[in-house]
Amino acid sequence: MARNAKPINNAAGIAAATFVVAAVLLAFVGIGLRVETFSGLGPAEWQAIRFTILQSLLSAFLSCVLAIPVARALARRRFWGRAFLITLLGAPFILPVIVAMLGLLAVFGRSGALNDILAMLGISKISIYGLQGVVLAHVFFNLPLAIRLLVHGWQGVPAERFRLSAQLGFGRGMMFRLIELPLLMRILPGAFALIFVICLTSFAVALTLGGGPRATTVELAIYQAFRFDFNLGRAALLSLVQLFVAGGAAVLAFWLVPSISFGGGMDRMQRRWDGQVRGARVLDGAFIFIAASFLTLPLLAILTSGLRGMLEVPLIVWSSAWTSLWVALISVLVLLGTALPMAGWIATSRNGSVEVIGLLGLSVSPLMIGTGWFILIYPIANPTDWALPVTIAVNALMALPFALRILVPSIRETIQTYGRLSSALGISGFAMWRCVLWPRSRPRIGFAAGLTAALSIGDLGVIALFGDPDRSTLPLQMYRLMGSYRTDAAAGAALILLVLAFGLFWIMDYWGRRNAIA
Amino acid sequence: MKYLTFAAGVLTASSAFAESHAQPVLTVYAGDYFTSEWGPGPVIEKGFEETCGCDLQFSTGDLVPRLLLEGERTKADVVIGLTSDVTAKARTTGLFAPHGQDNSALTLPIEWTDETFLPFNYGHTAFIYNETTMATPPASFDALLAMPDDVKIVIQDPRTSLSGLALVLWVDAIYGDKSADVWAQLAPKILTVTKDWSSSYGLFTDGEADMVLSYTTSPAYHMFAEDDFTKKAAIFPEGHYFMVETVAKITGTDVPELADAFMSYVMSEAFQTVIPTANWSLPSALPTDQWPEGWAQLPLPEKVLFYSEEESTAVQEKAIETWRATLSQ
Amino acid sequence: MLSLNKIQVTQGTFELKAHFDVDAEQNVAVVGPSGAGKSTLVGAICGFIDLSAGLVMLHGHDITQAQPDARDMAMLFQDNNLFPHLTIAQNVGLGIRPALRLTGDEVGQVNDALARVGLTDFGTRKPSELSGGQQSRAALARALVQSKSWMILDEPFAALGPALRAEMLDLVAEVAAETKAGVMMVTHAPEDARRISDSVIFVADGVAHGPQATTGLLDNPPPALKAYLG
Repeated sequence: MARNAKPINNAAGIAAATFVVAAVLLAFVGIGLRVETFSGLGPAEWQAIRFTILQSLLSAFLSCVLAIPVARALARRRFWGRAFLITLLGAPFILPVIVAMLGLLAVFGRSGALNDILAMLGISKISIYGLQGVVLAHVFFNLPLAIRLLVHGWQGVPAERFRLSAQLGFGRGMMFRLIELPLLMRILPGAFALIFVICLTSFAVALTLGGGPRATTVELAIYQAFRFDFNLGRAALLSLVQLFVAGGAAVLAFWLVPSISFGGGMDRMQRRWDGQVRGARVLDGAFIFIAASFLTLPLLAILTSGLRGMLEVPLIVWSSAWTSLWVALISVLVLLGTALPMAGWIATSRNGSVEVIGLLGLSVSPLMIGTGWFILIYPIANPTDWALPVTIAVNALMALPFALRILVPSIRETIQTYGRLSSALGISGFAMWRCVLWPRSRPRIGFAAGLTAALSIGDLGVIALFGDPDRSTLPLQMYRLMGSYRTDAAAGAALILLVLAFGLFWIMDYWGRRNAIA
Repeated sequence: MKYLTFAAGVLTASSAFAESHAQPVLTVYAGDYFTSEWGPGPVIEKGFEETCGCDLQFSTGDLVPRLLLEGERTKADVVIGLTSDVTAKARTTGLFAPHGQDNSALTLPIEWTDETFLPFNYGHTAFIYNETTMATPPASFDALLAMPDDVKIVIQDPRTSLSGLALVLWVDAIYGDKSADVWAQLAPKILTVTKDWSSSYGLFTDGEADMVLSYTTSPAYHMFAEDDFTKKAAIFPEGHYFMVETVAKITGTDVPELADAFMSYVMSEAFQTVIPTANWSLPSALPTDQWPEGWAQLPLPEKVLFYSEEESTAVQEKAIETWRATLSQ
Repeated sequence: MLSLNKIQVTQGTFELKAHFDVDAEQNVAVVGPSGAGKSTLVGAICGFIDLSAGLVMLHGHDITQAQPDARDMAMLFQDNNLFPHLTIAQNVGLGIRPALRLTGDEVGQVNDALARVGLTDFGTRKPSELSGGQQSRAALARALVQSKSWMILDEPFAALGPALRAEMLDLVAEVAAETKAGVMMVTHAPEDARRISDSVIFVADGVAHGPQATTGLLDNPPPALKAYLG
């Protein structure tokens, strides 16, 4: 863009970015105010750091490797219900963690369906606890992301390239070398780094499935330092370690990662000529079947146990669901209010490196932000009154890096394509957003909003730290039910949570894609 | 953005205003579980408000971190739910006033002399099993250690959970220097270590684990609330670690009379008789013959192990490190 | 001879029908309005688009069900003719054998083809280092080494300037004549058709009309073609 023809004003974007940086910095300041002693890291913390990196590497590696055959099969097979299956396979990524754990245990647990089958076959049981359990859960959450990125990549290969390959009679090896390998090289490093970062800050998974202190993650160590030892110095130090590792990987990820697209266009299908022999068909079918089973059986388990528990769900769960719903909706508004101006700024800036600011959300511990703000808010207001606003802000902050990844490419492309036309017509500033950017990016906006809503509604988040007995979110209420021996009702609450998360995602994504002109 | 946050703040704040009448307000800090619809909070709130002509408001969260964060400016008048293993840290805040109640009215299995933290319920750590799936439960802690490794136990992390902390103190109280060996023997039987009690217990009721670290009173819930008599606590002759929850008054309270009235209420029969079925634990100041029906028949340990605040503080760090180091191998 | 026997292609509500023969070693242009189905026609002939009815015959054999590489045809696309991560020589070599290691003889063949299209010494470069015209030449070199009996071109030089395009068309005609290959070329420029083609297939209103002599047809166009030519 020529400097004198900027189609949108960057002030709002810079303000939003400043807000994000300030939110994180202030939290550190808040904690810094109260740090009394800076103790170093003991063997337990080092072990946590090692384990966190190990499990993240393994989770990212397995998610990527397993995604290759599945994505390839999905990209080149046409079958009834394909588009629906691809949508369904994306579900675990937006599934609230505490809900997913129930489903995973029901399938892979010691008394789960899989072990029952193994027992019938006389095979010894497999254990979901320990490193393998943590990795299994992380693969469950992130395999869908890797599959989506790869399927999208495959569909981005120009049709002529497949025609050319067909015409030149490429065999499997040549298809791989000339089409698939470059594609994988382009997409996998970014997908790997992204999943690595997501797994680094994982908390709840390691809590239940870790199997013991061997499997302590950094986020868990931060939690312990805060809540039990009340050692703010160590918590801050661990947060910095996490910020450093996750931030480093995240910066890498976002230099490498392809733009995320889950939404429209997935059902468009290219005619393919490779892999038509029977062996390849059978193998592709098997990969699709295994992946579909792995990713959907836990969902099915949540559905069945939830339906059984539904009758026991007390009334208060519904009011919590209502609270969660509007917390999620406001989180979406806050997110869009922050992400859209930032995306506009990033899209028009000469290099996109400001997007790194958005990564703060992925790398920083929510607990740390919550505590920092608590310390700052306390002298001026009752933190309990601020529980939901802080939760909303943190939710938006956590979703920001994903939203930017989704929005920036679309806005950049729109400005490249229509920027000059708009300038010539004198469309700029808010009018540019209203007449050009918003309608052009609507599918992406809907997708980002849906993702934020789903992630927000399932997040236990900082609300537990601030606590307001009269106003609880659905995940918190679910924990309370579990803490009061009411596991059946908790299963019912889990189902409500699942329906809300998927429902919100679907509605917003649908709104984005409805009548969208590609 | 700012406006939205502000609007959300107003939304929540206004509801808080709506609740405050002309009546004086007693602010009680409690753990999150306490005030849930199924916790003891609502019953206690109702009971106390009937006598005090005041408005009791619970504020939930992590008690000790919160008090440490808030310091002198805390809005709490009373804090309820501090276990004896965190009272030392709580005491360092210097925020608490003497409870003013007569310790001799307590009916605890141990002698209680603390003038600041007043017990309101107690229990013991115990491993719970399902007798339909475990025909021969271990008869002692030693027998537990000697069980085959395919018997799976789920426990809580002593660094994040008070019941988990009680377990390492329990082991330390029985085995002392040999604790590391005990953990090494337990390690293969430990299915997983969860952050909190509820996750552990959920795994147990889902059939994931054969035994769960919980309380001697846990079977009572199943018996009296669910008519389920299959869940039992394994009682060990080596003794069980004693767990007590206390309530304490904040020195800087602006409603000292109400706070005192609440401390008296805690010791009253009205309060004590609701504790068993509201908190699923044993009342601190109620003779056994006045316990609700069936409760006196609950199998309870004859020997009680307990570390005073000072002892607990002295061994905690080492006991947790032994646990961590052994289970990490 | 290439025969289209009552073929029909259906894509949603769009339908294209064709029933005609084209003689071997002919240069044929495919013209018609935008969206009439020119690309669909050549896509169907090359096996990239499935027929809903009819047969495609080549040299008297039914190739309707044959895979694209089993048809005696080489196709040049509008763009993406070259793999960006391979050298020009490797790209051309793929036309001889779909492998990246070639024998000495085969390397010689590649070099001859590159020399024929004026790209001597360009073999070690990547496509991105070449101009648009040079990239077209490289794709043509590959079609050359494929030595098929038909070269099918789908608006291959649309991005080039008039002089360069004329030069490329002449090169195509020369190369085809040397290898005794027929050329079927989709174009929207009548002057391209006049320049190299003996006959013209006119596509309009869902029908591809059989080839007619270029000069006669363009000088005395029927009403539909006249409307298109303006």
